[in-house]
Amino acid sequence: MAGFLLRRLANYVVLCLVATFLAFTLASLTFDPLAKLNERNPPPPASTIEAKRRDLRLDEPVPQRFVIWMSGVVRGDFGSTVTDQPISAELGRRVGVSLRLFLLGTILGVSLGVVVGVVSAVRQYRFSDYFATLFSFLVLSTPVFLVGTLLKFGALRLNETVGVTVLYFTGETDPSFQGGWIAALLDRLRHLVLPTLAIALHQIAYYSRYQRSAMLDVLGSDFLRTAQAKGLTRRKALFKHGLRTALIPMATLFAFGFGLLVTGGVFTERIFSWFGMGDWLVYGVEQQDTNIVATVTLFVAVLVLVSGWLSDVLYAALDPRVRV
Amino acid sequence: MTAADTLLDPSPSDADGPVLAVSDLTVSFPSEAGRVRAVRGLSYEVRAGEVLGVVGESGSGKSVSSMAVMGLLPPTARVSGSIRFRGRELLGLSDVELSRVRGDRVAMVFQDPLSALTPVFPVGEQIAEAVLVHAGGRVSRSAAARRAVELLDLVGIPHAAERAKAFPHEFSGGMRQRVVIAMAIANDPDLIIADEPTTALDVTVQAQVLEVLKTAQEVTGAAIVLITHDLGVVAGFADRLMVMYAGRAVETGPVDEIYRRPRMPYTLGLLGALPRLDAEGKQPLVPIEGQPPSLVDLPPGCPFAPRCPMAVPECLTEEPALLAVPDVGSDAATTGTPHHAACVRVGEIARVDAAPEDVYEVEAEVPEPEVARVPRAERATVLDVRELVRHYPVTKGTVFRRRVGTVRAVDGITFDIREGETLGLVGESGCGKTTTLMEILGLAAPTGGSVAVLGKDVSTLDRRGRKAVRRDLQVVFQDPMASLDPRMPVGDILAEPMRVHGEDRQRIARRVPELLRLVGLRPEHADRYPAEFSGGQRQRIGIARALALEPRLVVLDEPVSALDVSVQAGVINLLDELKAKLGLAYLFVAHDLSVVRHIADRVAVMYLGRIVEIGAVDAVFETPGHPYTQALLSAIPIPDPEKERRRERIILAGDLPSPANPPSGCRFRTRCFLHATLTDEDRRRCVEVDPALERQGDRAGGAERDPGAGGADHEVACHFTTVRRVV
Repeated sequence: MAGFLLRRLANYVVLCLVATFLAFTLASLTFDPLAKLNERNPPPPASTIEAKRRDLRLDEPVPQRFVIWMSGVVRGDFGSTVTDQPISAELGRRVGVSLRLFLLGTILGVSLGVVVGVVSAVRQYRFSDYFATLFSFLVLSTPVFLVGTLLKFGALRLNETVGVTVLYFTGETDPSFQGGWIAALLDRLRHLVLPTLAIALHQIAYYSRYQRSAMLDVLGSDFLRTAQAKGLTRRKALFKHGLRTALIPMATLFAFGFGLLVTGGVFTERIFSWFGMGDWLVYGVEQQDTNIVATVTLFVAVLVLVSGWLSDVLYAALDPRVRV
Repeated sequence: MTAADTLLDPSPSDADGPVLAVSDLTVSFPSEAGRVRAVRGLSYEVRAGEVLGVVGESGSGKSVSSMAVMGLLPPTARVSGSIRFRGRELLGLSDVELSRVRGDRVAMVFQDPLSALTPVFPVGEQIAEAVLVHAGGRVSRSAAARRAVELLDLVGIPHAAERAKAFPHEFSGGMRQRVVIAMAIANDPDLIIADEPTTALDVTVQAQVLEVLKTAQEVTGAAIVLITHDLGVVAGFADRLMVMYAGRAVETGPVDEIYRRPRMPYTLGLLGALPRLDAEGKQPLVPIEGQPPSLVDLPPGCPFAPRCPMAVPECLTEEPALLAVPDVGSDAATTGTPHHAACVRVGEIARVDAAPEDVYEVEAEVPEPEVARVPRAERATVLDVRELVRHYPVTKGTVFRRRVGTVRAVDGITFDIREGETLGLVGESGCGKTTTLMEILGLAAPTGGSVAVLGKDVSTLDRRGRKAVRRDLQVVFQDPMASLDPRMPVGDILAEPMRVHGEDRQRIARRVPELLRLVGLRPEHADRYPAEFSGGQRQRIGIARALALEPRLVVLDEPVSALDVSVQAGVINLLDELKAKLGLAYLFVAHDLSVVRHIADRVAVMYLGRIVEIGAVDAVFETPGHPYTQALLSAIPIPDPEKERRRERIILAGDLPSPANPPSGCRFRTRCFLHATLTDEDRRRCVEVDPALERQGDRAGGAERDPGAGGADHEVACHFTTVRRVV
């Protein structure tokens, strides 16, 4: 089993390289980083532009530039932006911001999604099932930026009603904040609630639908009947024998769900003014900056593939039939 | 056998009373058509240590009534009446209260062992759970685990201590059923309900599992309710029998009594419809006309009346009660177990001691087809299979696929079918019979050997030649529900093969009603869709489709195994009749040897991709020469309690070896009972030399060793052929 997981990991490294190479090539071929320089009025001297062009290696073939960039990445140097800022300096902070948002959102989304799905299945065709179904379809059919804006609006009303600012909806921390670490943590939490909710709501809706149908399959299964026949109550049989089996198909979904999350994250970060990786991608495109785009792509690829690998591990942990 | 026992058994006098007393039980379910009354006023008792067989066809309410006893019906079911277990009323108990009885005093064994165990827990843990859940903390985890190993050992799982850690998917179907039985007897129950425990298993495995169930009963002294549709299985196992029809008991009594003197026309019909392994000569079966009634709006009167040949106007007014049968020469009075039947004409039936043939109209003897009078050797060969080999590669890896082994699904088999002849191909699942069939139907070059249909070697055929051969080679599939396109009217289904082969419209229009009449349906059925027909009728449509192009060879893949006994008989009779009328040849693949005995002229027994015995059906069944054939035949229960009790069953050890890694020499030697008795030198021969098929009677010294096998058409692949009568 360990060998299988190691082989998988090796495959994933190759996939990461391919994904980053494609993004790098696409960005290099379409971006024109000198446009801003050329538009400047009065136009800068030709030698300055030429120096910038040499600096950015725009005359070299794309694969060669990729190899140079990649060999830097291996040493921990992600190159610099068009404006000559080192990317590595900002990378750490932005990754931290995004991961905090994505991980919390995922943990919340997956666990609540599973709970909602199981409850819907066990109480099929009751009010709670109908309510969960309605909620899921409503959320799934609403774009993230609308959900985010609605949340902002709701928070505003809440703050007005209470009279103090309970929830913040700009930034990940108050820049003018001063105080001890407990207060700092509280401050960060109050910033975190809304964007996390924006991300989690979609995930709850998405996972609960799948969990419901997986659980319904298990509810009609023979082994659940066997468990009851040997003396387990229905509730105990459901939780011990049913739930674990119903989680197996979900393990595969987690990997795909993560891709969905990252796209949602771009909007969420922008709406709540979080300077994370999603925000950076948009900034990179605006600045016509290949290195930023390639770095963010690499980050997303690593994230998706790590979650894919985790779902393999999870699958094997849940289902003895796939262990080899 | 402690606190719980005394709790459930308040007065000592109850020990003599019935373990289970069901009275006036009704169960109904909501459905789109209205409430389905699945069980309608069922009453029965089971005494301590007794085996009650419950027999009926699908939809008779036999499973639903036992699920009601366990309290495992879905919440939509409405249940009324009374279910008393050792004097305590179970109906109306809460789930928590019932769960204390379930698995402790009453246990259950289910039909499908493949899905009955939770896939994600080791089997030992699942058995231990049954112990722990009723121990109330008095048994430690390790003690429960030890008990689980003990139980696995008891039900015959080799290396129980190791295997307890294995997961369900690492066991075969038969082994999983043993695990389920181990779970059922974990708490020494007073009653075990076994719901079709062997239906999903092969016959040799069925024999093993029934043996285990018998052991389980001896160890626990529990009463058993054995639910089955197989009159053979209950014959040797049950003490008392209850026959159910349309949600009610229609006949009950001691098992010998019911088999020898059935008094309800339905029971008579069931016994007459059964093809028998011990039948000598060919007699048409006795099919019951029609099909079981819908349980939604049951008309007044006897529910069997519409299908009953003895029905009188009185039958349609009131449903007959289950009354004692007047004892005319019956031994019910002496045994003290009464014989009851629900029929208004029971007195008449008892007076004449009616046999199935007296009650049901038996079709005239099917005349021998003309070709059958020509000696076999002089008839044309329609299918000639020589040294057929089909191997499948086992590969590993996704990017760099490499071959790591070979599954020898079919490994060199030779047989032929002559005009107007039926060859039965039998064997357990995994023996390669389906692969053989697919190779023949595929008309493509096999891995090795040759297939010739009507003299044409299929490996030499081009596209057009292949299509021409398909005209003469047609197929009927096992599942009549899945093999017909649900969106096509029956007329189109029958016309399709003719259209494909470019026949003109007028001929097709003429042929469709003709075909429908041929298989016993009406021409106006052509406009209906498959969903409007019952299983038996659909299989008739499947047969009609196969006959549309007037083939000379029809391949039948388990054509009756999905049908109920009473319907199956009609289809078998139809096949017999068509063969005689149209001069067809059949390749009949089946696992039910009783059906094969009835319908086939010759039979080939397959084991692990090889034919181990082939010959005329009477020669093979009367004087089987190969130990595997003997075991296979002896495993099949005969619907005759007396014979069944006298029969000695050969129980094969273990499971079928993997066809990817078959044993050297004789492939059967690992499970062979004969091999075990041989001298070391003889044994080496089994290990080293692969036995070839040899004609019986030709071999040196063969005559004195097996005097019974003198017939010319009988070949056996065994070094030490010893004829043994097992039927």
